[in-house]
Amino acid sequence: MADKKKGNAFTNNPLVKAVGTQKIVVLLVIIVLFAFFSIMSSGFRKYPTIVSIFDYSYYISFMAIGVTFCLITGGVDLSIGTGMICYALFGGYLITRQGMPVIVGILGTLLLGLLMGCINGVLVAVLELPPFIATLGTMMVARGFGSIITGGMSVTWPAASSEQGWFRMLFKINKPGLLLPVGFIWVVIFVILMSLFLNKTRPGRYIIAIGSNKEATRLSGVNVVKYQALAYIISGVFAGIAGIAYAAVFSSSIAPGTGAGLELDAIAGAIIGGTSMTGGCGSIFGTLLGVFVMSMLKSGLPYIGLQANWQQIITGLILILAVFIDVIKNRKLA
Amino acid sequence: MGEVILTMKGIDKSFPGVHALDHVDLEIRKGEVLALMGENGAGKSTLMKVLTGIYKKDSGTITYEGKEIEFANPRDAQAAGVVIVHQELNMMNHLTVAQNIFIGREIMNGKLINDDKMNKEAAKLFDRLNIKIDPTEKMGNLTVGRQQMCEIAKAISHDAKVIIFDEPSAALTESEIEELFKIIRDLRDKGMGIVYISHRMDEIKVITDRVTVMRDGSYVGTLITKESTKDDIINMMVGRVIYEDPKTESNVPKNAPVVLKVENLNAGKMVKNVSFELHKGEILGFSGLMGAGRTETARALFGADPKESGKIYINGQEVDIKNPMDAVKHGIGYLSEDRKRYGIVVGKSVAENSTMATMDEFTNGPFINKKKENDIAQKYVESLKTKTPSVDQLVVNLSGGNQQKVVIAKWLVRNCDILIFDEPTRGIDVGAKSEIYHLMNELVAAGKSIIMISSEMTEILRMSDRIMVMCEGRVTGEIGIEEATQERIMHAATLRK
Repeated sequence: MADKKKGNAFTNNPLVKAVGTQKIVVLLVIIVLFAFFSIMSSGFRKYPTIVSIFDYSYYISFMAIGVTFCLITGGVDLSIGTGMICYALFGGYLITRQGMPVIVGILGTLLLGLLMGCINGVLVAVLELPPFIATLGTMMVARGFGSIITGGMSVTWPAASSEQGWFRMLFKINKPGLLLPVGFIWVVIFVILMSLFLNKTRPGRYIIAIGSNKEATRLSGVNVVKYQALAYIISGVFAGIAGIAYAAVFSSSIAPGTGAGLELDAIAGAIIGGTSMTGGCGSIFGTLLGVFVMSMLKSGLPYIGLQANWQQIITGLILILAVFIDVIKNRKLA
Repeated sequence: MGEVILTMKGIDKSFPGVHALDHVDLEIRKGEVLALMGENGAGKSTLMKVLTGIYKKDSGTITYEGKEIEFANPRDAQAAGVVIVHQELNMMNHLTVAQNIFIGREIMNGKLINDDKMNKEAAKLFDRLNIKIDPTEKMGNLTVGRQQMCEIAKAISHDAKVIIFDEPSAALTESEIEELFKIIRDLRDKGMGIVYISHRMDEIKVITDRVTVMRDGSYVGTLITKESTKDDIINMMVGRVIYEDPKTESNVPKNAPVVLKVENLNAGKMVKNVSFELHKGEILGFSGLMGAGRTETARALFGADPKESGKIYINGQEVDIKNPMDAVKHGIGYLSEDRKRYGIVVGKSVAENSTMATMDEFTNGPFINKKKENDIAQKYVESLKTKTPSVDQLVVNLSGGNQQKVVIAKWLVRNCDILIFDEPTRGIDVGAKSEIYHLMNELVAAGKSIIMISSEMTEILRMSDRIMVMCEGRVTGEIGIEEATQERIMHAATLRK
């Protein structure tokens, strides 16, 4: 029988097996990157820099958790980058221009994400458009819609010092003498919840099954339209959560028309973490590790003198490399 | 003779432009294996899809356990105990065996899935079938045969009373087929009604009790297997007599020159020190069990997969074949076992497919010379008797046999002298099969040489002048057609060196 049992002493180690080879490798990459930047730059070794790595990790993490579900179905959601900015603009608009309480702004941000997720879900699962094209379209829609809401103006969520600034404490406690990246707690909570959801509930199981073999899943009596749409709805809601994290962590104003390309950080993170572009397998915990590679680079590269343009080139190259590794892995399986 | 458990009567079903089922009757009995036979397109699959609720019938009645029923979808049918084991395995390779078996009806522990319990239940099912499969193994890591066992386990877990096997043996090795038959007999003896759809006549004789034959969407008749001969069944299927007589002597003259010589070819795990010669005008059959390395040998020879060592001589000259382009240049054509993936471009016309390997000869500067292309395509449509309304017809609209002819035309246009036919009649119905055989005989009579890889014993014995038998990547036997018997070939095919 050709039941493939391969591997070596490392991959057969029970601990390595339980966690997964790729995750351990990614963890090592994170450690190496951190060591590299620390050696290269004295500024990087400081506590505020580490907090800034976390700052970058929140919104990428939330987008990545969401998009992991789309990737597992064999699809993708490109609308999360401009979407996240659009939802945050909408929430900020409700608070600063309409004078609504912050909680309404937060709910508005989430609702708009949910709505966009539903639209993507209908386009992909019901109307059966290719996910790449459908979400490329909604990516443009989100970008334009964000500008229209605010009349083309930037929006600033209330500052930490203001009366309405409490929401910033959800992600970052920044008082004189006290700087805490508390947003990471939320990330961990959502990683655990969504991991459980993916691996231990019916909807999660069906999302994996759809990515592995959609027709077989359908013939097993599973409502594939519903669960495929659910993946996009999850992605939309998490883009909303990402929008809140983004607004809470960065004190600068949010400009309409931005956000394009941020989805690639999230998608790269998910793929680095072992989620396959071809669907059927993925891990939320792996995605979190992959995101830390991305946010480590985002915050570390400026310290070795590589500014925004270089960061984009490096993000692009890493995305290509991650997908290449995924392609090779699949080739081995076939 | 068991009591009737399920009856389909006067089932009628039309699709736009096609009358797929014309008042078909079918009767399934407890404790009996019923063969459902017919050429491709006879309506077997459609009938089973109507039964399990994938299609809605236009008229007719289905009676199951004394009540008239109509299943709304496969899930309803499953729940009632009517289950299909599909031809294309419906597996989620990324999920475990147990997760696959219980997909859609997971055992829950509150809101969470209870995987431990599912693994235990799956293990119990395998115990009942007397097979050893680890329920926690990923489905993708199992062989096709094992995957099929999982499908059967899944069917049983539904408390199936009627199990339909849709060409279950197509991808199985001989030993796996025996294992499958053991299970089917066991299920039959437990009182289940079994429908067995297959093209393989030998299997029908071995495993089934009755045979129902369909043709062109209509019910033709039902025979008792024991009381009928192969020819009886085939006559009902095609309405014309097909001869399956084996070849008794080689048609190749003793002094025919060697056109292809392969020496100690090695490529990966599946091709080990393979050597053979092919003579002008010869059909050299490659026999062996699934996974013997025959296709891998052909692919390495053709340059489709890298080879590690070995020499290839064409007409006495050593040649270096690094990729398929080199092979084609040296006059080798390869007709893949997987036509749709490697043989033809289904969305293109007959003419475009015919000239695909010879594009350069059909251009005026950068433009394709449509007239010249059509003329040559037309010539081969006529000489190969390809059934197509015109050379502009898209290949996707042709039957399997006629698609195969288009692939042959492609290599003939390229003027290939050595043709490798890999499972030339897989998925082709009985009538078209004999046309392909006829064509192959004409090709060798005209001086071409053919390597034919086939998993069908009757095909090997009927077509080959000489037979190479492989097992686990090695040549384990070379048998002239005069001495060839099924027993000798099987003996060599199981000879592990």
